[in-house]
Amino acid sequence: MNQFSTWRRQVFAIMRIDLSKTFFARRGLWIYLLALSPAVPMFAHWMIGHETDQLGVDVQIFAGIFQFFYLRIAVFFGCVGIFMNLFRGEMVDKSLHYYLLAPVRREVLLAGKFLSGLVAAISIFCGSVLVQWIGMFIHHPAPLLNSYMFGGPGMSHLVSYLAATALACVGYGSIFLAAGVLFRNPLIPAAVILVWEGLNGILPAILKKISVIYWLKSVCPISIPAPRNNGNNIFNLLIFDIDPAPAAVAIANILLLAAFVVVWSAMRARRIEISYGTE
Amino acid sequence: MNLPHQSGQEILLDNVSKFYGEVLGVNKVNLSIPPGITSLVGPNGSGKTTLMNLISGLLRPTRGRLSVCGLSPKDPETYFRAVGYATQYDGFPRGLTGWQFVHSYLRLFGFSPADTERLAWEAIDRVGLREAAPRRIAGFSKGMRQRIKLAQAIAHRPKVLVLDEPLNGLDPLARAETIALFKELGSEGSHVLISSHILHEVDLISDQVIMMSQGYVVAEGQIRGVRDEISEQPMQILIRCDKPEHLAAQLFTHEQVVEAKLHADKAGLLVRTRHAESFYKLLNHIALNGVQIESVAPADDDAQSVYEYLIGTGESTK
Repeated sequence: MNQFSTWRRQVFAIMRIDLSKTFFARRGLWIYLLALSPAVPMFAHWMIGHETDQLGVDVQIFAGIFQFFYLRIAVFFGCVGIFMNLFRGEMVDKSLHYYLLAPVRREVLLAGKFLSGLVAAISIFCGSVLVQWIGMFIHHPAPLLNSYMFGGPGMSHLVSYLAATALACVGYGSIFLAAGVLFRNPLIPAAVILVWEGLNGILPAILKKISVIYWLKSVCPISIPAPRNNGNNIFNLLIFDIDPAPAAVAIANILLLAAFVVVWSAMRARRIEISYGTE
Repeated sequence: MNLPHQSGQEILLDNVSKFYGEVLGVNKVNLSIPPGITSLVGPNGSGKTTLMNLISGLLRPTRGRLSVCGLSPKDPETYFRAVGYATQYDGFPRGLTGWQFVHSYLRLFGFSPADTERLAWEAIDRVGLREAAPRRIAGFSKGMRQRIKLAQAIAHRPKVLVLDEPLNGLDPLARAETIALFKELGSEGSHVLISSHILHEVDLISDQVIMMSQGYVVAEGQIRGVRDEISEQPMQILIRCDKPEHLAAQLFTHEQVVEAKLHADKAGLLVRTRHAESFYKLLNHIALNGVQIESVAPADDDAQSVYEYLIGTGESTK
């Protein structure tokens, strides 16, 4: 068996262990609730208060919820829960040493854990986007919906939202994986990152590019119009981007950022020692 | 165990130190441990677990070098095929059954699926948990958790097995079966490195002991060899004979004898001497003068006594 084949087999073995823990752990239930939380008002909208001629409004509402709440809160904290637990959670459970006692390079271990986190996060959060999409648009008449989805921009919007969600998982996932490797209490760096991402809209142009949300906004398909009577609302800073990047550049930058952080984490993972007593 | 000759099968520690910041873990440890069962003895905080974590590659030495059967922990892909470690940590991945626990981590070794399954069952059978294996570990007793950890550690058939307090929580039957397993592994030419605070068990199963205190190795070798080297502590010998009082009166006249007292059952005499060899010669002479001696045996060359002499009495061992 060649080296690459061994590594691949080991990565799959790591993913099998971690995926079952992430998907089926009772303590991960809140991640499902968080991911599906935007779907609740959308389905409520379908069942009790919809107006069938408001497709354009629904498109705007979906975009607002997606950019303002879903990416910034749901996916962000969901990735905190999934990716930080990959290493730090195992330290808390005193079970990380079982991996470290296997004939696995630390780089392979980190790759396996990152991929399992990605598969879990993308499945949960992209799945939730699909559920939200159904909840938001299914009540519209079939001809209107068909026209939007297959004759208009609907499908491309959906793909863009799924891509933005997946990229958010890649970007935030890599950062929180690194935080789990580097910090004993990774919630502190998570809070710092949350503030940094929140302030992105008021940062100088050069600094705002050192973030995930800046690039994610560029992948989102719709710019949300500013409220007519409240153009200086502070929340506008969270949503609008006066200087968006082309989507291809945004995607490339997120992938590069993630690759850099994962490689750096892998190098740091070589230094991990087991000393549960001091955790 | 400080052997100048190295066959490539030893666990070698060359001036190994480990510090946790300012806190000493172990200091300047030089060991060459041959295959067989080796026990690591010492009180809480003496550095046993640190030493085991170093040997098993979970910690890196602050100073010094170590190797196991010629392998370095810097090369995990070969090192961890040779080393198995059942830690003292009572932590398990959540939600797994005993079978899943052993099988899942065995998959990381890159065996074929069929071999992985066979090796996992083989290890589970060796620790006697076949019936319990399909149940979740969360429902296992302490003893069962100890045994499933042991199964996980031996499943890939390591040449070096490191076991931190492996007998903790085992009932007498499981304890006897586990000790038999250690002996079996030791007789197969494996290294079995065990830490234990139950010193009479260490005596029963160990080919050699390493005694630790405050981060230092204070003695190492075969128990009796270690005892012989503690020259400042008189050796205690139990003599079974027909006239212990008469024997005691005769012995008191000889300067080799430091102390002589009747055994509690009145059928023997406990003698303390600084010169065991000359005392045995003296005893032969006395035996010719009308005392019927049934047996003569050292009474304090067990691990407990040796440890107390080295570390000081009254110190609890772990």
